[in-house]
Amino acid sequence: MEKRDFTVTAETGIHARPATILVQTASKFTSDITLTYNGKSVNLKSIMGVMSLGVGQNAEVTISAEGDDEKEAIAAIEETMKKEGLAD
Amino acid sequence: MSHVLNGIAAGGGITIAPVYVMGASSLTAPAKVASDEDHEAKRLRDSFSFTRQELVKIGREATDEFGHPIMTIQTLLTILDDPEIRQLALDMLAENRWTAEWTVEQLVDQLKRLSTVAASSPFWGSAVTDLGQRMLSHLLGEPIPDVAKLDHRAVIVAHEISPTQVVRFDRHLVAAIVTDLGGATSHFSLLSEEFAIPSVVATHEVTKYAHDDMVAIVDGVHGKVILQPSPQEIDEYQQLAGEHARENRDLGKLKHQETRSTDGQRIRVAANISLPDEIDEVVQSGAEGVGLFRTEFMALENGQVASEDEQFRAYKRVVTTMPEQLVVVRTLDLGNDKVINNDATDQEANPALGVRGLRLGLQQTTLLRTQIRALLKASAYGKIAIMFPMVTTVHEFLQARQLVDEERQHLLQQGRVVAENIPVGMMVETPAAVTMADQFALYADFFSIGSNDLAQYIFATDRSNPDVVDLTNGLHPAMLRSVLHVIRQAHTEGKWVSLCGNLAARHVAEPLLLAMGLDEFSVPSDHVLPLRHLVSGLSVRQLQPLLHQALNLENAEQVEQLVRKNLPDLYQNEA
Repeated sequence: MEKRDFTVTAETGIHARPATILVQTASKFTSDITLTYNGKSVNLKSIMGVMSLGVGQNAEVTISAEGDDEKEAIAAIEETMKKEGLAD
Repeated sequence: MSHVLNGIAAGGGITIAPVYVMGASSLTAPAKVASDEDHEAKRLRDSFSFTRQELVKIGREATDEFGHPIMTIQTLLTILDDPEIRQLALDMLAENRWTAEWTVEQLVDQLKRLSTVAASSPFWGSAVTDLGQRMLSHLLGEPIPDVAKLDHRAVIVAHEISPTQVVRFDRHLVAAIVTDLGGATSHFSLLSEEFAIPSVVATHEVTKYAHDDMVAIVDGVHGKVILQPSPQEIDEYQQLAGEHARENRDLGKLKHQETRSTDGQRIRVAANISLPDEIDEVVQSGAEGVGLFRTEFMALENGQVASEDEQFRAYKRVVTTMPEQLVVVRTLDLGNDKVINNDATDQEANPALGVRGLRLGLQQTTLLRTQIRALLKASAYGKIAIMFPMVTTVHEFLQARQLVDEERQHLLQQGRVVAENIPVGMMVETPAAVTMADQFALYADFFSIGSNDLAQYIFATDRSNPDVVDLTNGLHPAMLRSVLHVIRQAHTEGKWVSLCGNLAARHVAEPLLLAMGLDEFSVPSDHVLPLRHLVSGLSVRQLQPLLHQALNLENAEQVEQLVRKNLPDLYQNEA
């Protein structure tokens, strides 16, 4: 299992637009990928899951992946988080 | 008396135009208990898949127009593809014995309020609402209250505008957009980044005060709207827009001279149009002809094609407005997803590889002959060239050319006037046409490279599929080498080459295309003068080493970096 913690720096948090890109990125991998915030975990391949967490600015979130391509998945998601200005 | 409203600036500049108020009704579902649960579940699943198909189509059209996938449509598709959302909807339906319509209403409501972030995101709210409306439209068999049926340039005023409505606007007619609702994360990203239309959102009450045909100033920089401005206010705003206007004036001087590179190469910068009336804008824009006149507007909604006489009048309108310059008319490029006589049983599994373009024309020769006759008749009024789309083999091209010759003979026998020299050319948009360019160049009078479709076929990618869209980059050496090959083969036979896809309007690609010896760029009207300015400042000869390096790189990113590094002055104002 591969894991990474992020602090969300974006002012508007993870809203619909970055959520779309995160879900699209996660969906490219076969590993199970979860987003955890405030003790609640959701499937990062579901936009409903991501939006239901209501991740705002300064939120501490954890993304974990388990499966054959877990390393690549986490690396790609980290890149997306930075590219979309969600985390530093 | 003028009336000033403040809202959130959504970028795109300043403009003045008459107002067009868009209706605000929406579809609603009656609350009902279902009599046949299985049947309702099937209807619900169907509305998911139908809406998905529809959005893929809208997405593809928008991608064609804008040259990149549209974010809002990606969000809608991500929602539709979410298995958890689909399961939730089916569970809601089964547990409550609801109808499919009522389930959609309840689902939309629930999705909007998923979390505080979701509830406060207008982008999410409008996406979910839009989706619900599309699904309801399918289930109820009622059309969605449609986008403005505009026939003149106007400021669109609406309570709220859905993302899919915006992408379906005719951008040439939408001067600005002002809404009651909206926020920084909804329309800001949507309108200013993707559409460059001056916009002010979250005015709360613009629909209360604005009426059709009232004049409005929209300041998309400061988030201000002035309804019925005084002459003084109009003056002030014209000054504010002054810098922009001055820049355009400087470019305007270029209009009255031919475009030449600094080492004297003559390059034509022409415009693309999709409707006859756009020719007025082309004349204004300083274009040196029409490089691509798309004629798909003649395919009517009922699956028929406009009559020969209607077509003749449309072509005549264009050539008489620009009688001294060449107008290249592309024959109907149907098939793919713009199917004629749309019959469900005829749907192809893979329309991009099916009967489209000239393939369809040669199957339904009556349609093609009608169009050719209308074009030949219009040729008496200006300078027309005929161009065939989606050509794969020399045989196809020769068959099409034969039709032109036959129809010309018929018309001459009837005593009609037909221009003596009508160039007959072809689109180069299949890899087969690229590799066989030397053979085609023997028979075609000119080539026009359709970079959008060519890239799709070279990279074997569906442009509307976000997973592969990054592969389809026109700057990739695979594309550049193909384009160069076509130009060289054409020049060997003394034929000229135009490029009419998005690549022609990409700043980073333009110096490379110029270096290759491209004879004509065909671009959207608003891009004509900036491109003429760019060409006038470059030397084809001095660009040769840059082209040589670019052709030998490995990928598109390297090409882009190379060009930007070597021509820093051209790109300093770009972010």
